Amino acid sequence: MKAVFDEFDAYLQAFGYTLALFLVSGVLSLLLGTVLVAMRVGPVAVLRSAAGVYVTVVRNTPLVIVFAFFSFAGPTLSIQFNWFKVSIGDYDFTSLFCYAVLSLTLYTSTFVCEALRAGINAVPLGQAEAARAIGLPFGGVMRQVVLPLAFRAALPPLASVQIALIKNTSVAAVFGIAEATANMRSLLNDFGATQRFGIFACFALGYIVIVEVFSFLSYRLERRWRVAT
Amino acid sequence: MSNSVLFDAPGPRTIRRHRLYGALGALLVLGVLAFVLHRFYDAGTFEGDKWEVFVTPDYVRVILVDGLLNTLKMAGAAIVGACVLGALLGVGKLSDHRLVRWPSWLVVEFFRAVPVLLLMVFTWFVLGINKEGSSFWAVVIALTLYNGSVLAEVLRAGVNAVPKGQREAAYAIGMRKTQVMNIVLLPQAVKIMLPAIISQCIVALKDTALGQYVLAPGLTRIYKQIFLEFDNRVPTMIVIASLYILVNLLLTALATWLQHKLVGERKPLEVSMITRPAADGTATGPL
Amino acid sequence: MRHTRIKAAIAVLGLSLSLAACGDAGSDDDGGADVEVKENAADEFDDGTYMKELAEAGKITVGVKYDQPGLGFKGATDDIPSGFDVEIAKLLVADLGIDPADTDATTWEETISDNREPFLEQGKVDLVLASYSITDERRQVVGQTGPYFTTGQQVLVKSDSDVESIADLKGEEVCSVTGSTSIDRINEEGAKGVGFDSYSECVQKVLDGTVSAMSTDGSILAGFAAQNEGQLKVIGDEFSEENIGVGYSLEHPEMCEWINGVLEESFENGSWEKAFEDTLGPSGVETPDPPTLDECPAA
Repeated sequence: MKAVFDEFDAYLQAFGYTLALFLVSGVLSLLLGTVLVAMRVGPVAVLRSAAGVYVTVVRNTPLVIVFAFFSFAGPTLSIQFNWFKVSIGDYDFTSLFCYAVLSLTLYTSTFVCEALRAGINAVPLGQAEAARAIGLPFGGVMRQVVLPLAFRAALPPLASVQIALIKNTSVAAVFGIAEATANMRSLLNDFGATQRFGIFACFALGYIVIVEVFSFLSYRLERRWRVAT
Repeated sequence: MSNSVLFDAPGPRTIRRHRLYGALGALLVLGVLAFVLHRFYDAGTFEGDKWEVFVTPDYVRVILVDGLLNTLKMAGAAIVGACVLGALLGVGKLSDHRLVRWPSWLVVEFFRAVPVLLLMVFTWFVLGINKEGSSFWAVVIALTLYNGSVLAEVLRAGVNAVPKGQREAAYAIGMRKTQVMNIVLLPQAVKIMLPAIISQCIVALKDTALGQYVLAPGLTRIYKQIFLEFDNRVPTMIVIASLYILVNLLLTALATWLQHKLVGERKPLEVSMITRPAADGTATGPL
Repeated sequence: MRHTRIKAAIAVLGLSLSLAACGDAGSDDDGGADVEVKENAADEFDDGTYMKELAEAGKITVGVKYDQPGLGFKGATDDIPSGFDVEIAKLLVADLGIDPADTDATTWEETISDNREPFLEQGKVDLVLASYSITDERRQVVGQTGPYFTTGQQVLVKSDSDVESIADLKGEEVCSVTGSTSIDRINEEGAKGVGFDSYSECVQKVLDGTVSAMSTDGSILAGFAAQNEGQLKVIGDEFSEENIGVGYSLEHPEMCEWINGVLEESFENGSWEKAFEDTLGPSGVETPDPPTLDECPAA
């Protein structure tokens, strides 16, 4: 425990990276997931099956391998972020960070897509029928009627997906990001058995705080947004 | 809601437009594919000697036995452990006694909120990084604790999903609390839960790949050994990922089949990761 | 009827599989250089020494690395590892009259950076040859002698980079292996160490420009630079000195003199040089002069 307090700045910075990874990939995965679900339920057969294949493959691949693919095969495919270097205070966001965000986004967006698809299925038939009856095309039906409703219905599963993302940011530790899990591993390595449980407790607590704050917010949002049924 | 509800049956002009979109989409998809293949081809990814190792009997054996089998062992042990732990914690959470209910709730919430990888690293150090088999067991224990906690939630949701009349009828004919649970509720709940349990198997299987960080055996270890020896990182990655995907698809098929056979067309049981008591408990698939 | 048909189908499937499985990847010689095993070695050691005990038992356990090509590496199908550390270990093992190629007699154990001292203290391994730098802290808990190899930390960058030394990399990301001393030293020098699983990952990251440099022992870097000639170069002075030695248990201090003796002999009769050329040579590292051995602590 003492080991953590001695280097409390490093502890906070590590969780700063965890949070940054979560926030950036969280927003991007919601956007990409929405595009994917539009492709999956849309009228164009080619896009429907392309999105289907993509979701099936990525969902069933371990996240570590998705990371490894983009980190090591990415540069071959011109997926390069060497131009990217942003420093905010003590935080440096470099291309390693970009690869982590890319992998987390692509992985999480497939789960967002599935959650939204379930949400769309939960929208009462009459809503879409009424939207079509007033002459809206597919884009309008989705944008103005179905997706807003689907987002509300899908809020609990979407929140679950994002909570999983908070925890999945830990995988970035394997790929060169000095976030919380990497920090804990090096502390466990440097300090002996007596400090072990304290160190673990501190880091577990950090994650629990982030997860609980997020679930509290999403619970509030869900209650405000709940569709009257 | 089926697809056709979202858009009208297309007229001749729309059909033409959709054809155009389809062609453009196909072109885009093919273009991306061609680009990827071309780049990999240029980088020499498809050269025979990078793939030869995967048809060499000795290595095939190593991939299947030292790799896949070890991964399945870890996942299998974790799932068995998780079912036991999940049953204990789940029944604990349903208990009428506050002294049982609260600790169960706390344990479940703790292990659901902490990343599996963090658990794995910690368990590894506690077991002793120098001990034989410590990384194997670190993976199994971490996955057991996490998946056990999720299954506890599944069990609770499953029991609650049994129609209320069943419980009331059981009490009405004079059954005791334990009898109601053991004879009436659990057998029905397990049927509802089975697909969710299999989804959790997929999660456990995928998470065994995290064992890479604690030097665990299994597919990711073999992956590293092979690409270090043959300098064929991408081909090895593709082979290893395919093995994971194959097993996962088999498990998904099993879950779907069980869902049809045991639960019928009813909505699959899903459990929210949000801590607050969600009103109807609809939520997520495997993550 | 139906069953026989299924069996036939399985048989055909099996046949086609075995026909398809005709690949032949991997090295043919997994034994590395042959080492002459000393006969009647047990007679040469004094009674009561650990060497005698080992020689009489005919069994020994050696800790080496499994993931560092050229130094200590074990492929997925190899029975015994290969590399420079391993070749030196073989010389030691053979001097005890034990056959290093016989896996019943010689057990190879994988050691990682974190567990070498505990392995020796618990007696799980008899010797450690795993890129094991000699340091004063380590000498408090285990015996270390040698060195059989000296190297120092340097920096590897792309050929077209204008970085000239570690001093030019202040605040930049420099890659190395998680948990290694190299990464601590990178941070001490003012650069930002980023940790990956193995050196080959770092090389990849330098090649594709994700990080501007990687840093670890010069001998390892030279190997990578030679593999990627024209794309990578090693720069700057060595900013640390690593003496790679043999680890043994402090409970058996008599092993030090024996290890030094075997090493000295290998320096003189050319087997050290041969081991170097066979393992690190192909990756382009020039064979240096053998290092000077440390004195053994007075028993």
